[in-house]
Amino acid sequence: MVQSRKVRTGRLAAVGLSAVLVLSACAESQRGQNDQGAGDATAKAGGTMTFATEGAPKLFDPFFATDGATFRTSQQIFEGLVEFKPGTAEVEAGLAEKWESTPDGKQWTFTLRKGAKFHDGTEFNADAACYNFNRWYNQKGAGQSPAVTGYWQDNFGGFSDGAKPSLFKSCTVKDPQTAVVELTSYTSKFPDILGLPSFAMQSPTAMKQHNADNVVQQGDSFVYPAYGQEHPSGTGPFKFSKYDKANGTVELVRNEDYWGTKALLDKLILRAIPDETARKQALQSGDVQGYDLPSPADWDQLKKDGHKLLIRPAFNVMYLGIGQKNNAKLRDLKVRQAIAHAIDREGLIKQQYPEGAKVAENLYPDTVSGWTADVQKYEYNPEKAKTLLAEAGASNLEVTFYWPTEVTRPYMPNPRDIFGFIRGNLEAIGMKLNVVSKPWNGGYLEDVDQAKADVFLLGWNGDYNTPDNFIGNFFSDPNNRFATGSATWGAQLSAEIKAADAEPDTNKRKAMYEALNKKLKAEYLPAIPVAHSPPALVTSAKVSGLVPSPLTDERFHTVSLG
Amino acid sequence: MLRYTVRRLLQLVLVVVALSLLLFAWLRSLPGGPVSALLGERATPALRAQLTAELGLDQPIFVQYFKFLGRALSGDFGVSTGVQPGDSAMEIFLQRFPATLELSVLAILIAVAVGIPLGYLAARRRGGVLDNLSVVGSLIGVAVPVFFLAFVLKQVFAVELGWFPTTGRQEGGLDATRVTGFFVLDGLITREWDAAWDAVKHLILPAIALSSIPFSVIFRITRASVLDVLDEDFVRTAESKGLTTPVIRRRHVLRNAMLPVVTTIGLQTGALLAGAVLTEKVFAFPGIGQALAIGFERRDYPVLLLLILCAAGVFVLVNLAVDLSYAVIDPRIRSGSGGGR
Amino acid sequence: MTARTDKIDKLAQHTARSDAGVSLAAAAWRRLRRNPVFLLGAAIVVAFVVLALLAPLLAPHDPAEPMLGDQVVRARNEIPPSQPGHPLGGDQVGRDLLSRLLVGAQQTLLVGVLATLIGLAGGLVLGTLAGALSGWVDTVVMRVVDVMLSIPGLLLAVSIGSLFAQPNQYTVILAVAIVQIPVFARLLRGSMLAQRHSDHVLAARALGVRERAIVFRHMLPNSLGPVIVQATLVLAIAIIEAAGLSFLGLGNPDDRLPEWGQMLGQAQNVIDSHPELAFWPAGCIVVVALGFTLVGESLREALDPKSRR
Repeated sequence: MVQSRKVRTGRLAAVGLSAVLVLSACAESQRGQNDQGAGDATAKAGGTMTFATEGAPKLFDPFFATDGATFRTSQQIFEGLVEFKPGTAEVEAGLAEKWESTPDGKQWTFTLRKGAKFHDGTEFNADAACYNFNRWYNQKGAGQSPAVTGYWQDNFGGFSDGAKPSLFKSCTVKDPQTAVVELTSYTSKFPDILGLPSFAMQSPTAMKQHNADNVVQQGDSFVYPAYGQEHPSGTGPFKFSKYDKANGTVELVRNEDYWGTKALLDKLILRAIPDETARKQALQSGDVQGYDLPSPADWDQLKKDGHKLLIRPAFNVMYLGIGQKNNAKLRDLKVRQAIAHAIDREGLIKQQYPEGAKVAENLYPDTVSGWTADVQKYEYNPEKAKTLLAEAGASNLEVTFYWPTEVTRPYMPNPRDIFGFIRGNLEAIGMKLNVVSKPWNGGYLEDVDQAKADVFLLGWNGDYNTPDNFIGNFFSDPNNRFATGSATWGAQLSAEIKAADAEPDTNKRKAMYEALNKKLKAEYLPAIPVAHSPPALVTSAKVSGLVPSPLTDERFHTVSLG
Repeated sequence: MLRYTVRRLLQLVLVVVALSLLLFAWLRSLPGGPVSALLGERATPALRAQLTAELGLDQPIFVQYFKFLGRALSGDFGVSTGVQPGDSAMEIFLQRFPATLELSVLAILIAVAVGIPLGYLAARRRGGVLDNLSVVGSLIGVAVPVFFLAFVLKQVFAVELGWFPTTGRQEGGLDATRVTGFFVLDGLITREWDAAWDAVKHLILPAIALSSIPFSVIFRITRASVLDVLDEDFVRTAESKGLTTPVIRRRHVLRNAMLPVVTTIGLQTGALLAGAVLTEKVFAFPGIGQALAIGFERRDYPVLLLLILCAAGVFVLVNLAVDLSYAVIDPRIRSGSGGGR
Repeated sequence: MTARTDKIDKLAQHTARSDAGVSLAAAAWRRLRRNPVFLLGAAIVVAFVVLALLAPLLAPHDPAEPMLGDQVVRARNEIPPSQPGHPLGGDQVGRDLLSRLLVGAQQTLLVGVLATLIGLAGGLVLGTLAGALSGWVDTVVMRVVDVMLSIPGLLLAVSIGSLFAQPNQYTVILAVAIVQIPVFARLLRGSMLAQRHSDHVLAARALGVRERAIVFRHMLPNSLGPVIVQATLVLAIAIIEAAGLSFLGLGNPDDRLPEWGQMLGQAQNVIDSHPELAFWPAGCIVVVALGFTLVGESLREALDPKSRR
């Protein structure tokens, strides 16, 4: 294949414009020199790696960010009190060496690592840790917008002004190496949430010097202070060097004073290439040494071409949502069960999902506590589906089916084809579909969030390893995109989810989530879990040491070229 | 002459203001919006309502427009929500405009360098093999979708042959100094030759793709106007006077044929801007076109508004310059009777 | 107003220079018959139209259904190769490529023709209003037209394309068509304006023919020459711009009835492993756009009084 392509393109080049050939001949000689220059980079340590990402970071202060591009960068610069073990969603020691809590789970004592230093030279200690907690808690004005501090509000709730209840109560310095965090109630999410990129430790000195909290709402957007734009200062293995906005490249350099094993690379350049095909071609031509989120359709080709494909464990779920608001027929459990039986999930996954993708039986992956195989499975059975519809008196069921355009998500590599498959399944049991397709940001999310859809395609990428991050997010507020509030069982579901999250006893909590998962499948069925799909990243053959993370939290300090 | 210019400039202001109102109302009536782009899957109806109110998107459009107009008069065109969130729209324009300008200038240079000589030669040997081939070639140049041409060029010369980089404006690790924002110019000013050369290499493929339509047009206009001039009496007279062919070519034919060609070049700015949206997407080239494409995808109102306004403004200004050059040559236009008005 | 519009106006004046519309057409036809460029273009156009109209009969398979059942694995890029009964193999989703190309011809023709007709109709209304009524109607209409002309075509199409809540085949057509309205409007107005003082209009007026009759019986028919030329060129432009919209993700999301631009847009990301999926629709677009352009350009040349020398 490769051979024949070379021949073909050779011919193409031969008939190409002569001007191009002259220019490119010059370019070729230049390229040869560059390759020699890069020759030193093949040593084990040292060298520059360019990695292509989907988008440019919004800023470098992860507390004010919700976008993957910012986190991709900030995770190289910053560290949290707790961290996720490379390649898993399990918590391990970070800047805190250990921690313990009182039995009620409301008071947490963190023993901090000695010798960690921020990039501005100041020391990391309990004062710095509490400074960070207080900074998060004391946001005012624009700092309280869900677009700015979304992760805080999702996980900790409100702020010190008390307008909304907050999970956080206080942080006290016991001694320089010990910080005590008090919470207002127990949650299963703590301390895992402290491993989220947003809650990484930042240098109090640098933040004060560069006005880190001075985020302002201007017109219809937000302006961020100099700290987050140019002076991020963390404890991580890489230091921020510069952001060349006109070129879309972020440059990070090795932190020589890192407390742990120092980074192997001299420099890490993160380059924004929004177009997926363009990222692939940049790798193929050697312009970059790796990129994020290759399309599953390219996986085999990339491997064949000798690149390293790193498949992340699937930490997401794709589901078919069933709205409870507009279509009374859908409030009948039998009808929802009929839809579940109608969908050939095995076939869909074989045809449309990459290798490693699995049929989803729960609304979250099996690495998360409370997952159980003992749920009602709804095997593919169109005949049974038709019978169920007939029993419910809904043989001529007509529904509005929403699917998104202008988007690919890790859990949904190709919405058009996935939709096409499911449409075929549903029409086969005699359902009539009113298809609505809208651009992801151009009305799809808006309509779906307002529960305008009867059935719709959506999913979730996990942030951290607790059930609440998945089902809590979906259903704990009964006014959600499934409109479970309109169903007789909606309030009960919300209450059950909140109760499970608040249960401090690990074993009891697990049992509660297992029971919840069974009910979600057998009794509630507000959504049919369809697939867990592993996203990937890819590097050139000479790159080693990159560990794919289910949380897309890859660290580059272990990476080397050659 | 002065009055004509002033009148046209006033018209320009009117066009831009009218356009801004149209665009503003238009963009904000698009379904979806920055709220979706900012919140993604995390959105809940409650969060959505809160953010919509915070951004002032729940107010009537005319209220929003007057607020915008008030800020715009003081030079504040709003802050990006999607392309580079947190940066002002003006900053994004100033950063990306040099990129697109560099690209367009090189594209025009290529179109001129190939189109004019080819057009001249084709006209001299009218009906010959070169003439027929290049006429058909120029028509194919219009018929090939720009983005497909860009794709093929990139696949062949960047991916397969590796002669050019595939994406972007410059390698990341070059440590180039930024002075003007024009990467090639910066490299020359600071004598960082490698940086300048690297920037040029990044420009060549997208510029060739972008030049396809201007090339076709320039070629055809050159050919047509050389044919016209060759037919004029003064060339025949010159020939009959016994002047040698090279002299006739230089003194009479080329100079007289160039006028329509020069104006045509100005006319190509519109095609270039439209082509840049497609070409920059293919080459992930961080210019105006890429910002527009991302802006539409993420519904970044302030950036879209400013970029489209500026694109239209530049387009109208270039046209004005072209018209003024007409007016200098042809006094009839100055009185306002020309151009069908 | 601008030099760009000047180009449109020039085309508008071509017919106006001759009051004898019929003999002009006859003379043009005589020249065209012997013009190889025109004949080539016409041959392409005729072949395309015939294929497009007969597509449902010619297409060997259903363009919407996988040719080998559900065997194709989209996620692994396993595209069915050429085989008996499927000379071109399958597309990304395993549908018969030849059938899709044939049905695609029909859809592409539909996009081109409808976009041109809508653009023409809109332009006809605006241009006739402006050209016939002059005065403040003319001023207002032409101001709007000039504002529209001041945005580069594709940008305008993209803006219109993203205005629709639910993009489909017809929103694409509409987006491409609206961009052409000001072009046609200006063309018609210019052409009618040029005739306002021509002999046959003055004569008709002197004979007491009513103004409306003058506009519809004399001025409009005589303006059609350049409009037809422009329409031919617009057909090509519409097909190419529809492809551009698809590439930018603003095309018709439903691909059961394929259109070439949509096929090309969707094939972009497999171009290195399966270039044929992009080259087939791209080649078809190029040939057809070339055909219409050749016809349009030779028509323009034939109608141009200069070339009559």
